[in-house]
Amino acid sequence: MTYAIQAEGLVRRFGATTALAGVDLAVPTGTVFGLLGPNGAGKTTAVRVLATLLAADEGHATVGGYDVRRDAHRVRQLIGLTGQYASVDETLTGTENLLLIGRLLGMRRADARVRARQLLADFQLSDAADRAAKTYSGGMRRRLDLAASLVGRPQVLFLDEPTTGLDPRSRNELWDIVRGLVADGVTVLLTTQYLEEADLLASEIAVVDHGQVIAQGTPEELKAKTGGQILTVRPADAGDLPTVVSIAAEVAGATPEVAQTTVTVPVNDPGVLPAVVRRLDQAEITVAELALRGSSLDEVFLSLTGHRAEQDGRSDVELEWMPA
Amino acid sequence: MTAATLTAAPLAPARRPGLAAGLRHTLTLAWRSLVQIKHNPMELLDLSIQPVMFVLLFTYVFGTAISGSPGDYLQFALPGIIVQNALFATMTTGFGLNNDLTKGVFDRLRALPIARWSPLAGRILADTVKQAWSVSLLVGVGAILGFRLGNGVVGLLGAFVLLLAFSLAASWISVLVGVLVSEPEKVQIFGFMVIFPLTFTSNVFVPTDRMPGWLQNWVEVNPVTILADALRGLLVGGPVAGPVVQSLIWAVVLAAVFAPLAVRALRRRV
Repeated sequence: MTYAIQAEGLVRRFGATTALAGVDLAVPTGTVFGLLGPNGAGKTTAVRVLATLLAADEGHATVGGYDVRRDAHRVRQLIGLTGQYASVDETLTGTENLLLIGRLLGMRRADARVRARQLLADFQLSDAADRAAKTYSGGMRRRLDLAASLVGRPQVLFLDEPTTGLDPRSRNELWDIVRGLVADGVTVLLTTQYLEEADLLASEIAVVDHGQVIAQGTPEELKAKTGGQILTVRPADAGDLPTVVSIAAEVAGATPEVAQTTVTVPVNDPGVLPAVVRRLDQAEITVAELALRGSSLDEVFLSLTGHRAEQDGRSDVELEWMPA
Repeated sequence: MTAATLTAAPLAPARRPGLAAGLRHTLTLAWRSLVQIKHNPMELLDLSIQPVMFVLLFTYVFGTAISGSPGDYLQFALPGIIVQNALFATMTTGFGLNNDLTKGVFDRLRALPIARWSPLAGRILADTVKQAWSVSLLVGVGAILGFRLGNGVVGLLGAFVLLLAFSLAASWISVLVGVLVSEPEKVQIFGFMVIFPLTFTSNVFVPTDRMPGWLQNWVEVNPVTILADALRGLLVGGPVAGPVVQSLIWAVVLAAVFAPLAVRALRRRV
């Protein structure tokens, strides 16, 4: 297997803060690799180091086989960067923004124009091509950002929180674009604080917290790590909650969580289900919902970090254990 | 997504860009700063109306009181107004740079395989073009109002070159401020708080001998006075060599002090 991105022991401090505390990464060529973590976990710092924008204090990294420090110029020929910190010029039109990048990459004027037109068409921005980017909606802005990072046909694409603040439709459109790029052979490093996004797009995920990779694997491997399954019980009568909690705790041998009237607890043994049913029956509790399912990435995150991943700006995302 | 969107071959050469490539990047980035004007006509008004308004207001409001007639005052004040306008205009460099830094445009440019110095050079080049436009406009409006060149085209060209050289040096202050402050508006506030008093405590608008004694001491060493005198010499007549040499020395000192500070601040920020 070849790796498009490799990093070993990346450390980066900002004054007293340690943004990266020894990060190792290996991203196989032609895959989507997800860097998952809450705000301030060090995701953006990692991307900035790998995209040659920031020097690491310790450790080293290669992109496309080139050292990001020594061969920064070669690395820049291979990469595209989109995200919070790499933006288009709002005062220019969509066409002008893409022309600017094309010309800077050494394309002839006519070629740059053809490339701009093609990308704008691919990203459904043809109608807005001659409007200033500041008039674009959030989703259009993000598509133009992405188009700008694709002008030079990068082999490695860094997407730093590409869907933060986007509505569900724009988010889905962007995900489709990313899938298309990977189908064309591009390697994508995606940072996100949304578990759903990492789960849907990435073939491998590194969970980052406080500047360190605290877990790594496929989404399925990570989910299996927490013990595999989640027991959910919702009593019909909220007054039965304390009894349900104690039954769940006893059967699963772990401390359950309560969200509104739903009790969840991680379990390792599928045999717990009949036991729970028996105990609930004995206690004469009527249940509105009783289920055993694979754990979501959010539970993985909770068990790894001790805190839930951020959910701000994403009220539309329903988490699996929440009552309908 | 079409298959043609992606093919493997990178476009740029493998080695670091040389001087010629860097100059090409600089020109492209200067184009970018200038084409912005097309979408933001307010900027053109800024570059044009404000200087013209200053000339008209000062000439007709203060002219008679200070010099006896608007015509005589125009002859005295226009070179200084050109200097004041040029100093204000240097702030656009810091304003634009700060905008690029805070909005993320600068990072996008830095992640491209272009010469490291071209984003800054492109901006400064574009701002020099804007300066040239403002100066031409001021001289043009002045000529319509009756301003007479004392040294012909040679003097005009000399004034032009001296002013652009000084502005280029002074724009490093603007770059430093643009890197240090958190938002573009603060660059404008800085410009207002520093350049306004600096240009008014010079002999741009009022002859030095009409001011209180303590103030005269400052006015005589103020670099704005020196540059205004140099421009008067070149455009109207009178001593040239002294003030021109002193202005150039100031330009060299400003660049020598502020260019390294600005570049260091920029390296630390990004």
